Amino acid sequence: MWRRLGALILKELRGLWNDRRTRFVLVGPPLVQLLLFAHAATFDLDHLPVVLWDEDRTALSREFLAGIEGAKVFGPLYRVQRKAELDRLIDTRSVAFALRIREGFAADLSAGRPARVQLLLDGRQTNTALGILAYIQRIADSFSVRQLQSRGLQSRIETRAWFNPNLESRWFVVPGLVGILTQVITLAVTALGVARERELGTFERLLVTPLRPVELMLGKTLPALIVGLGEGLLIFVVGITLFAVPFLGRLEVLLAGLALFMLGVAGVGLSLSAISHTQQQAIVWAFLFMAPSVVLSGFATPIENMPPLIRAITWINPLRWMIEILRSTFLRALGFADLALPFAMLALIALVSLTAATVIFRRRVA
Amino acid sequence: MRSGGLSLRRCAALIRKEALEILRDPSSIAIAVVLPILLLVLFGYAVSLDPQRIRTAVVAPVLDRPTMSLIEHLRGSPYFAIEVHRSRQPAEERLRARGVEAVLVFPDDFAARLARGELALQLLLDGVNANTARIVQAYLRGTLGIWAAGELRLRLEAPALLLEPRLWFNTDVESRRFLVPGLVAVIMTLIGSLLTALVVAREWEHGSFESLFATPIRITEILAGKLLPYFLLGMIGMALVAATAVFLFGVPLRGSLAALAGMSALYLVVTLEFGLLVSGAARNQFVAGQITLFAAFLPAFILSGFVFDIRSMPGWMQTLTYIVPARYFVSSLQTLFLAGDLGAVLFPDAAALAAFAFGLALLIRTRTRKSLE
Repeated sequence: MWRRLGALILKELRGLWNDRRTRFVLVGPPLVQLLLFAHAATFDLDHLPVVLWDEDRTALSREFLAGIEGAKVFGPLYRVQRKAELDRLIDTRSVAFALRIREGFAADLSAGRPARVQLLLDGRQTNTALGILAYIQRIADSFSVRQLQSRGLQSRIETRAWFNPNLESRWFVVPGLVGILTQVITLAVTALGVARERELGTFERLLVTPLRPVELMLGKTLPALIVGLGEGLLIFVVGITLFAVPFLGRLEVLLAGLALFMLGVAGVGLSLSAISHTQQQAIVWAFLFMAPSVVLSGFATPIENMPPLIRAITWINPLRWMIEILRSTFLRALGFADLALPFAMLALIALVSLTAATVIFRRRVA
Repeated sequence: MRSGGLSLRRCAALIRKEALEILRDPSSIAIAVVLPILLLVLFGYAVSLDPQRIRTAVVAPVLDRPTMSLIEHLRGSPYFAIEVHRSRQPAEERLRARGVEAVLVFPDDFAARLARGELALQLLLDGVNANTARIVQAYLRGTLGIWAAGELRLRLEAPALLLEPRLWFNTDVESRRFLVPGLVAVIMTLIGSLLTALVVAREWEHGSFESLFATPIRITEILAGKLLPYFLLGMIGMALVAATAVFLFGVPLRGSLAALAGMSALYLVVTLEFGLLVSGAARNQFVAGQITLFAAFLPAFILSGFVFDIRSMPGWMQTLTYIVPARYFVSSLQTLFLAGDLGAVLFPDAAALAAFAFGLALLIRTRTRKSLE
């Protein structure tokens, strides 16, 4: 049995490696994606264009605006003197926000009345808008404090962020990408492997060989695991070297998680492959699984923000648990005991999906 | 190669054949009609950047009046779910085990320092999700500020400077409003390119593309025959998705339907052409599917400005986004849905998309030949 299985695995790996185009799509795009997305997938604010409209033009208004001009997160500064110019800059998205200081700003301050500053934000990018609001609020607060110091309020809220002291998005994104890219590869190899052979008719030939259905299944699963694991480790190494994301946990926890995760994904891929008659159907099914599993994984938007029903659905998503393990081992240094739930869920998903694949396989193919 | 002399009869025959093929294998219809609505409903509900109830542990060693007052104030806020600990250690344990997202530590002499006009607190955050941590921090600081202003009104007049924020186009500050138009663009990118990416690759794989060479049909006619049926299918999908965005998610459509239809048609042509190009180059469905995922779907997700703001990316990355067609469609959809028919945004976007459509057509025309390698 092992000899037959070994031959089949070798054949599968050769099949993937020998075709120039297949070899390229298996290795090239995931690496390029990692390089691009680790830079692009960020919620950090940086060099955002601003428009300032100072109607007051006094020493005090300039002092307040100096706080904005000096901030690193704001980039090109525009100055306008008319409402129409300001509207145009916001409409065309040339600026992320506008600050307007009305006439009488300094007079109000000197008279002890609250001085008003208008902040106009572009709601077409709400997340950026909220980030800017928080930032400007802090500048306004410290300006207030300076003005009020004689009257004695001091705010001393000391903030410390655990696990990621500088709140770098990249530390959060890169571990997630390891999970996503590993899933893409494992799913592609398993979901399309069988469907392709069936469409081209070569699968029938495999069926007349002495290989048993279980061996066929293993022969399709193991190569995908080898390729996926290799790819996952490659991305992992690039992540901790090139992007300097710290890996504080233990490697064996991560590897055990990856292996369980890929078994589950391979089970899903094989099931999809077995219910499809053509490659096109298999590709549609793979997308139908892939797209929601990324969105429901907590990769970009937190699971805690989702409504209860959707949150319940994320429980059957292997990627959700894998990303939890990845982030917990990278940044939190958690071990097996702390991650019992994700590991149990991944094992359960793998068990169910591989059983389903075997059953469907027996019934529809063999 | 000679061009021109399009024969309507040959074209019509090919379109009819392609339409029959679509009807025979309903997976194309599933891609165009079922997939987009399913994805939009799922994503529209799932994707939210607004925290629901931030689980916060409060460490209060002394439960005196000001401390109780602040805890009650936090409990009254819809943004926090508060649990109170008397000492630091159990609260930190909760933070470590992801039981809470933030810990607010009161010093022993909180009341005494407050009496001197000093609001002294320590805030510990779970920094793993940097974006959430920042939002949590902003919400907590805001709530604390409001409470402090109320407490200290006895001693202070109003703050010296009042910020009057106004959020244009999205006054309710709902992240879903800005995410759904972007999602429509991402979904249509996937649908458009997937529809055509597989058709030509399948024919190459089966060898039926080569049989076409033996017929008098011209390349331009083959391409038109492949594009038109899928264009109609894609427009149906787009209409359904736009209707779902407006009626299910309550996203306003402030622009005109005509502008929406025009921009969508333009973008759909670009994605369909992209699929055809991939299909012709890959010549096998596995490779075509993978390239579509990596070159169309993921860039549309990450490099289009749909969630991640392009203006905050490094300079070279911003330059790179100019060659992602989804960028122009996301920008025009966000404007069309939330702002209205703003020519200053729509015309440049439309021009860029038209340039892509034209460039891709040329590229396909030169790359697809009626010959074997």
